[in-house]
Amino acid sequence: MPVIETNGLSKRFGRKWGLRDCSLSIPAGKVAALVGPNGAGKSTLLRMAAGLSRPTSGEINVLGEVPIGNGASLLKRVGYLDQERPLYRGFRVDEMFRFGEGTNPTWNMTTAHTYVEQLGISLRDRVNNLSGGQQAQVALTICLAKQPELLILDEPAAELDPVAREDLLRLLMREVAERGTSVVLSTHALGDVGSICDYLVIMSHSTIVLADDLEFVVESHRFLSATSPSGRELPEGVTVIDTRSSSRDVTYLVRMTLPLVDETWEITEPTLDEIIMAYLRLARESPSTSSRHESPSTQGQIS
Amino acid sequence: MSEKQPSIHFRLDPRSGIAPYRQLVDQVRSAVEMGRLRGGDQLPSVRQVVTQVTINPNTVHRAYRELESLGLAEGRLGLGTFITENPVIHTTEAGNVELTRQLQLWVKRARAAGIVDDDMLELLRRILNRDERVSS
Repeated sequence: MPVIETNGLSKRFGRKWGLRDCSLSIPAGKVAALVGPNGAGKSTLLRMAAGLSRPTSGEINVLGEVPIGNGASLLKRVGYLDQERPLYRGFRVDEMFRFGEGTNPTWNMTTAHTYVEQLGISLRDRVNNLSGGQQAQVALTICLAKQPELLILDEPAAELDPVAREDLLRLLMREVAERGTSVVLSTHALGDVGSICDYLVIMSHSTIVLADDLEFVVESHRFLSATSPSGRELPEGVTVIDTRSSSRDVTYLVRMTLPLVDETWEITEPTLDEIIMAYLRLARESPSTSSRHESPSTQGQIS
Repeated sequence: MSEKQPSIHFRLDPRSGIAPYRQLVDQVRSAVEMGRLRGGDQLPSVRQVVTQVTINPNTVHRAYRELESLGLAEGRLGLGTFITENPVIHTTEAGNVELTRQLQLWVKRARAAGIVDDDMLELLRRILNRDERVSS
């Protein structure tokens, strides 16, 4: 069963679409990354998955349940961490934990204590006095101590220094290794995507541009380049995502639906970063006012 | 936790453009070739690896499966993953020496022809990419 499944999911804020016609199915057991520019709809999607916001139209199911109206039963099974990482600033760490224990029936106090201990945070510390990185770690620990089946994290490592972000991500990966927790997180750090994620969702202009297993994403994209491209046709079944040309040659980043058996183009394998960047660039270049943003256009032929 | 010292400490370069699972496979292979890992050595558990490097546990499983299919490692039920007793290394010791010698010769010639190191690497990369395409 998918952890998050949406069908034609849309959310309107006044006259503006926060999310438009999103259909998605993230399999269980994955660490899925949501990437896309600010305002692409990542937080809107995550908030609806966490049951904090109601769809304008379309459907969303989380762990097989409708998030809104099913609040109590689903709340136990999902851990959600907001971008703002809400903590009670005046509380001590152990007070935050006792609060967590009181509000979550599946709370595991041993997990909570072990994790902060390993991170060098004292239970007596006041949230106010912790560094940004430690606050993020405490916030994540609270999510983990609930022992959820699914973690929904909105930019969990944003604004952290490199060591703090690594500690945080390792804590998360350890959880995945030990409990098999599914994770859906949004991030701007492309470097993290390749190392910790195995499912990728690219969003732009309030909709989903690409969603697939990370390995398949890399396998289905190639650079095609040629020195004198005029009159040359692109192989069958490819969609151009990005074009780079100089006076001498041209290079296309293409998505393929069939294996390439073309001998006239020089074919190289792109890195994951290059693929993601190409989609994000494509999103920036296409007009944001377009009400119907199709996934990359087929500008197949070369004039 | 009283787990013993891991037999290998993995590294991960997210900027290399090489898939993380491939980096783990290459590091084990190279450790076996260099004799730093021997037949019967236990590879670190997935849990241990995720504390060494920031990596998705599924990726570690994937790398270990790949090592098994290469004949370099074997899973023992309930115990973990171990280097096989006589790991198959595709290039023989002698073959390695000969290949290295040929490559040294080639580099010498390339330098004489005025090709700088970066261009040699680029050339090699292109050839490798092309090979991959032919084999896939």
